[in-house]
Amino acid sequence: MSRSHSIISEVAERLFRDLAEPEVINRAEEGIWPDALWRSLEQAGLTLAPVPETAGGGGGTFADAVAVLHVAGRFAAPIPLAETMLAGWVLAGSRLGVPKGPLTFAPVDATEAVTFEPEGGLEWRLSGTAHRVPWARDAGHVVVLGEAGEASVVALVEASLLRPEAGRNLAGEPRDTIHFDGLVVGRDKVAAAGPGMGRHSLFLRGALARAAQMSGALERLLELSVGYAGERRQFGRAIAKFQAIQHYLAALAGHAATARAAVDGATSALAGNPEAAVFAVAVAKARAGEAAGEGAAIAHQVHGAMGFTYEHSLHHATRRLWSWRDEFGGESVWNIRLGEQVAATGADALWSLIAER
Amino acid sequence: MTIRGFEFPTPELPPGIEALRADVRGFLEAEFAAGSWAPQSNFMAGFSAEFSQKLGARGWLGMTWPSRYGGHECSALERYVVTEELLAAGAPVSAHWVADRQSGPLLLRYGSEAQRQAILPRIAAGTCYFSIGMSEPDSGSDLASIRCQAKPADDGWIITGAKVWTSNAHRNHFMIALCRTGPAGDDRHGGLSQFLIDFKADDVAINPIYNLLGNHEFNEVVFDELLVAGDRLIGREGEDWQQVTSELALERSGPERFLSTFRLLVELVRACGPEPDRRAAEAIGRLTAHLVTLRRMSLSIAGMLEAGEMPNVEAAIVKDVGTRFEREVAEVARLVAPVEPARGAPGNEPNYAAVLAESILHLPSYTLRAGTTEIMRSIIARGLGLR
Repeated sequence: MSRSHSIISEVAERLFRDLAEPEVINRAEEGIWPDALWRSLEQAGLTLAPVPETAGGGGGTFADAVAVLHVAGRFAAPIPLAETMLAGWVLAGSRLGVPKGPLTFAPVDATEAVTFEPEGGLEWRLSGTAHRVPWARDAGHVVVLGEAGEASVVALVEASLLRPEAGRNLAGEPRDTIHFDGLVVGRDKVAAAGPGMGRHSLFLRGALARAAQMSGALERLLELSVGYAGERRQFGRAIAKFQAIQHYLAALAGHAATARAAVDGATSALAGNPEAAVFAVAVAKARAGEAAGEGAAIAHQVHGAMGFTYEHSLHHATRRLWSWRDEFGGESVWNIRLGEQVAATGADALWSLIAER
Repeated sequence: MTIRGFEFPTPELPPGIEALRADVRGFLEAEFAAGSWAPQSNFMAGFSAEFSQKLGARGWLGMTWPSRYGGHECSALERYVVTEELLAAGAPVSAHWVADRQSGPLLLRYGSEAQRQAILPRIAAGTCYFSIGMSEPDSGSDLASIRCQAKPADDGWIITGAKVWTSNAHRNHFMIALCRTGPAGDDRHGGLSQFLIDFKADDVAINPIYNLLGNHEFNEVVFDELLVAGDRLIGREGEDWQQVTSELALERSGPERFLSTFRLLVELVRACGPEPDRRAAEAIGRLTAHLVTLRRMSLSIAGMLEAGEMPNVEAAIVKDVGTRFEREVAEVARLVAPVEPARGAPGNEPNYAAVLAESILHLPSYTLRAGTTEIMRSIIARGLGLR
């Protein structure tokens, strides 16, 4: 991300500030779709930011997508923005039409598999189960990432055919289960996955998306905590005047800054060679995930009992951080991958590995 | 004001920077093979005038300075790459380190033309070394409380007082001493001036202070009515608070604020082998993720410095996060690859237990030197508008 907030971030910020207010977030948790927010983002071309214009997208880069997701995370936007961007990107790259409306993709867990078998000459039969699919019940379409023999294939399925089992993450965002068994999809809705668009690649980009959202939410924690500490008075003065509180907030600023720097590193790396991208995304997801836990603890400590109420909106950010850090692989998943790569590269090449990033 | 947090933008790297890195690595490999040094766990431990002169001859000191002062007109990012390669290799850099990092830039910015001409080319050649003269026996974190006094005399200044924790005063050529020349004023930042002290010519007492490892790096430097000429004043009398704080971004943001225990991380990776168990892999991966991110932030600050900015708050964040990381490397290593730490015999190739021992014994200094963690957090809090 460049220092001057890019135009796209400013547009996003204006929309989220007006339309992702705390009541909207609370209603979304009760199951009421934030239609005005979604339509405005769609009209502004943000929901398909990294999808080529020829496919109806915003024609931007992944860096643009990350910039928007950072802002979305700051405002706890209760919509499948990352999911729609990524699903749209796969559809366009696999030469399938990109429908309007919210999208999601399944499976998200790279260890789950959906298999495709030919059914007659004109259709495919899907089998397998995908757990914790984000926003499946609210999406118009689900992009299914599967295997037909050795090949990676993609299917575009109307969500109304799937009847997902409802689940939620800690922030009340839908994370649903889909059983594909017996679902039959027409040939015109199935294609070979575009180059580098299989489920492992989506898992990687999903991890970066969540890291970007976490970096935004951490900045929100800082904003809320600094504001609260300036207002809340105890012992005859604002608690922001106590050195203990100042040092907490300084540490929180450090967590927010490191998460953002790690996300920026991964965003740059994604434009380069794939191996470097995996390394940098692992760094970003692990680092942002660790900052999420530490940052949330500080923000709650500063807010006292007030921050533990449903009425205060601090939990919009902290419950998301506690969920997002474990989605698309938690810190241990990514740290182990990093550690294995470092060990395989060897002690004497450690510095080269780090200085190349 | 809406608090957004602090950004560390990605710097644009100048062309040819990887060729420079390769050059430095080639030089370091050859020097190491020739036995120039044994890797140090602590970056301030290796003092070698010969090595510093070799770096000077290569054009790797005073890199960013104008050529008329012996500099090489390079960018702060090129200097960054050279310094990080030196530190990662554990090269003996402590002779020239302070002079190249902050004393030279201070003289370049505030020094007289005569001071620049006399000193900067020698620093760039690797033949002139500096000590920092800020802390005093009764003034540590509270720098504004210093009592070392410089009184105007007919032909210069008379300096009386003492400085402590003066690294390498017994081996270096100069110190830049912060002295009180007038009343502090309401903001406590007035009346401070910096003076060039010539260890080889001036009559100062240099008393060794041994650190807890039993090593002699620190000194106490005592001035007993030392008369110095008027041309020893650096910059303008009484306005040195800004001069002093301008050094701090340079002092606090560099790779020495997170690479002090890098040798231990290398030895930990070696000790765990090519196929570590999950616990070891996770620990190594986590430390790597921290290190990669810190390096990115530090490099970003080099980019800000290159753009003429003074990122003091961002530097404080790097120092706060970076030095706590350094400490964590040792604490994690000893749990993941347990061994009783034991200092090696001098001259022996340092093994894991020896590097662990050196790191543990140095740990307290990382979060103290160049401003304590508590001071860093107060600077960040000020940046957040809390003070």
